[in-house]
Amino acid sequence: MSDPIKLSLAEARDALKAKKISAVELTQAYVDEVEAGAGLNAYVLPTAEHALNMAKASDAKLARGEGGALEGLPLGVKDLFCTEGVRTTACSHILVGFVPPYESHVTSNLWRDGAVMLGKLNNDEFAMGSSNETSYYGSVINPWRRAGDTTPLVPGGSSGGSSAAVAARMCLAATATDTGGSIRQPAAFTGTVGIKPTYGRCSRWGIVAFASSLDQAGPITRDVRDAAIMLGSMAGYDPQDATSVDRPVPDYELALGQSLKGLSVGIPKEYRVDGMSSEIDALWDKGIEWLKAAGAVIKEVSLPHTKYALPTYYIVAPAECSSNLARYDGVRYGLRVEGSDITDMYEKTRAEGFGDEVRRRVLMGTYVLSAGYYDAYYLKAQKVRSLIAHDFIKAFADVDVLLTPTAPSAAFGIGENSDDPLAMYLNDVFTVTVNLAGLPGISVPAGLSSQGLPLGLQLIGRTFDEETLFKAAYAIEEAAGVQPAPAAWWKA
Amino acid sequence: MSVDQNTVRHIARLARIAVRDDELEALANELNGILSWVEQLGEVDTDGVEPMTGAVEMVMKWREDKVTTGNLQKEVTANAPGGDDGFFVVPKVVE
Amino acid sequence: MTMNVIMRDREPRAEDLIKGETGDWEIILGLEVHAQVTSNAKLFSGASTEFGAEPNTQVSLVDAALPGMLPVINAYCVEQAVRTGLGLQAKINLRSVFDRKNYFYPDLPQGYQISQFKHPIVGEGEVIIDLAGGRSESVGIERLHLEQDAGKSLHDQHPAMSYVDLNRSGVALMEIVSRPDMRSSDEARAYVTKLRTILRYLGTCDGNMDEGSLRADVNVSVRRVGEPLGTRCEIKNVNSIRFIGQAIEYEARRQIELIEEGGKVVQQTRLFDPKTGETRSMRSKEEAHDYRYFPDPDLLPLEFTQEFVDHIKATLPELPDDKKARLIADYGLSPYDATVLVGESARADFFEAVAKGRDAKLASNWVTGEFFGALNREGHSIEESPVTAKQLGELIDLISDDTISGRIAKQVFESMYKTGRDPAKIVEEEGLRQVTDLSAIEAVIDEVLAANPDKVEQTKVKPALVAWFVGQVMKSTSGKANPQVVNKILAAKLGLSSDD
Ligand SMILES: [Mg+2]
Ligand SMILES: [Zn+2]
Repeated sequence: MSDPIKLSLAEARDALKAKKISAVELTQAYVDEVEAGAGLNAYVLPTAEHALNMAKASDAKLARGEGGALEGLPLGVKDLFCTEGVRTTACSHILVGFVPPYESHVTSNLWRDGAVMLGKLNNDEFAMGSSNETSYYGSVINPWRRAGDTTPLVPGGSSGGSSAAVAARMCLAATATDTGGSIRQPAAFTGTVGIKPTYGRCSRWGIVAFASSLDQAGPITRDVRDAAIMLGSMAGYDPQDATSVDRPVPDYELALGQSLKGLSVGIPKEYRVDGMSSEIDALWDKGIEWLKAAGAVIKEVSLPHTKYALPTYYIVAPAECSSNLARYDGVRYGLRVEGSDITDMYEKTRAEGFGDEVRRRVLMGTYVLSAGYYDAYYLKAQKVRSLIAHDFIKAFADVDVLLTPTAPSAAFGIGENSDDPLAMYLNDVFTVTVNLAGLPGISVPAGLSSQGLPLGLQLIGRTFDEETLFKAAYAIEEAAGVQPAPAAWWKA
Repeated sequence: MSVDQNTVRHIARLARIAVRDDELEALANELNGILSWVEQLGEVDTDGVEPMTGAVEMVMKWREDKVTTGNLQKEVTANAPGGDDGFFVVPKVVE
Repeated sequence: MTMNVIMRDREPRAEDLIKGETGDWEIILGLEVHAQVTSNAKLFSGASTEFGAEPNTQVSLVDAALPGMLPVINAYCVEQAVRTGLGLQAKINLRSVFDRKNYFYPDLPQGYQISQFKHPIVGEGEVIIDLAGGRSESVGIERLHLEQDAGKSLHDQHPAMSYVDLNRSGVALMEIVSRPDMRSSDEARAYVTKLRTILRYLGTCDGNMDEGSLRADVNVSVRRVGEPLGTRCEIKNVNSIRFIGQAIEYEARRQIELIEEGGKVVQQTRLFDPKTGETRSMRSKEEAHDYRYFPDPDLLPLEFTQEFVDHIKATLPELPDDKKARLIADYGLSPYDATVLVGESARADFFEAVAKGRDAKLASNWVTGEFFGALNREGHSIEESPVTAKQLGELIDLISDDTISGRIAKQVFESMYKTGRDPAKIVEEEGLRQVTDLSAIEAVIDEVLAANPDKVEQTKVKPALVAWFVGQVMKSTSGKANPQVVNKILAAKLGLSSDD
């Protein structure tokens, strides 16, 4: 095989089955890429030896004609997923040196199906961020650059390590998580596909929690088919998660290539926000044309509470995180900074262990839950959240799927937005509604900006209707044609 | 509602995060910026609206009353920064 | 929980009032009882609840709050809470919500306790408490909710450090909150006693206070008669019924003295020290707490159907109040005896097995007298008793058919208790059968009369001396003569009326 890293996940799977390449060869190729791309800072912990051992075991299975759906396929794992015997920190100093004695349900599913782990991927600290700049291990550099410009750009966040590694061909696919857009926005920023499935589709067990009612795992991949294959393996009922849903996982690959004839696509008018770049606007129109051409019926719909989604999110998510992060107290694992008494130990540990953005959200969440403010903030936000969810229910009475841009802009430069939390939060304006309503959403690359940066379109579906998302995303992918890969400048 | 430096000190104490006095002003400004932005929710009429409880309509699963795990002393204490004889150890707590 | 101020109006009883320097004071008491649910596994994890294991061995990844761990509710604990609610004649809420109560403490690994705040699983109910002199009072139950227990911090292992054991962390508790309906330490003790009895009948809590399965937080306030409620103090985690009484007595006097000296009661959390019999302010709770309750996003609302409740209702045992009423009606027991018997269902069952087809009064005398006396003396529970109900019944049969006298029966019982042998066997082997043969008794009487002519003479002026003769006859027959028969013959022979 001339250049194995050019294969998509589906192609590599078929090549392994056809014995055109061995899992060890494929894995070694990726181990080399991971090393060569160290400058992108996508991996916080490469696990080359572990990967090659897994690949060896896969080869033995493949030789016997056995092996699961992902047998021998090398993947990257966001550092939010606990991996047994492999350091997991959520890219926070407070989890320094933490080695879980257990494996997350989602990653166990991947290993059950034969996948190979290349290492742990960078992310915003505790998944709080939209640019991967809040990671304790430093920023990830987007493999994409503006045309004729070497300014380092962010890969999006919080799953910035995942999106960068997939875009830079440093893994076949990666796991990611999405609380307000953390799969879809980085996918859009890196020309990759990212799907956040319906809340409850993937088990949250063993994933470091950020905001429990919003967190959901999903894959970032090179194309729609790969996303369908990955989600098929990651998803599934888990009795250890009370919010995991007990229903069979469809074969998502079967949805690809199905006709869009008669599919009703909603265009939410409230998503044409002030100050949105004309490029994004034009991209959106292009998407509408593509779907129309594929036989879909386009309808304008209204989601009247859209503008309240971000403020709602920035009450609900910090509130939940302030409580979820209380367990990082220096007692049972991770960082401890000694103090004069127990309270002093707690306060010093948490001051040193949490970065600025995490601290900001924990304080914000503590405030909105505190005595006298609960009703005005948290309860109010949960009521508005009901209205937002209801908007979607109403829209889905009329249409089968919604089409929107994924993010309001292309990737921006490292440091460009980091002084203004509110400007940073606006990155999630199109994605966060989906988390609040628990719906599935997919981002699919739809072309390049005038500066040569990838842009993405988002499809939003009914609960547990990921199949329609895959079907429609595949049609967009087909219509958009082969997208270029970033020039591998980091290897030079 | 706006947050003053004393309030920041109070919530930092509730959250058990040490905050230096020279950070209070900046933190108060940041939080006030976010709070005044989220307060636009006040415009929304939520009379008679039930708060969202679960993201997706589903029935909570129950577990059986079976002992399914145990004897993990080594595993649960393996990462402990202070530990002795199977216990977690912390600075003395005074009742 | 914050105590609601809904309470019953009651005329204060003079004997409950506390005399202060400046007048009479009334004590107002409300209790929050934490009862450990009898279950194999914890409320939200599959770790064992067994008492007394090595530190941190009964701790799941969930109980230690490792990152990414999630709670899943134990169905049986839900059932037990519903069963308890039904036993407290309370409203069962088909939909309830688990909230997080946020605070930092080393024995609280998650940094929050999963509890129920706004929407508990059980609403209002009632407990009838049994008091001295047959008096009973009704105590309102405000609510019952499910929550997690915390771990344990040990402070004596090291001069500068505390040691944390999470074995209890996550064990299911029912917090049962009463209305402030009690007015004396006696009533508070009767309330906990009765609650414990009900829980044990239901099998929802073993009531073992030594092992911490049942603990009470006691809310104490005082007021001058007729005045509005005073400020209350909460005495945390009192773990014996005796201590509850002591803590209340001390705390009420402390508050009265404070007010009478011109001071003010400050609402606070206090600890009872059994060594000194005093309460003192808890340092760790001094800081104003703000628990930031909100619905736990890891758990959906707890919902079940009326059929689920009805199914549990159908399996409820007879409860102590019903049992007491039935014992009084069916066996003609006094309310006092009935109360003593229903205190534990095993006692009442034992009594019923003994009384079945026998003289109920005699049965109750034997069960509550000799039998309980022996258990107490030996420190045995009913289950550990060497004497079975069947054996005690047989002993009573031997009394009823005059095989032995009541006096001999006591001797036989002691032997039964020591050896576990059947009463008939003991009577036979030890030759304790009562002598009812008239001629045999008459012969002994004649012998005694003949040997004591002077005493015979004296009885003519001092008829009470007959008792001395009865004693002599019983002595010569080693107590086996039927005392009624002896009396009768003696009276006849001495020319006395046998009735005096
Ligand atoms: Mg309480
Ligand atoms: Zn409690």
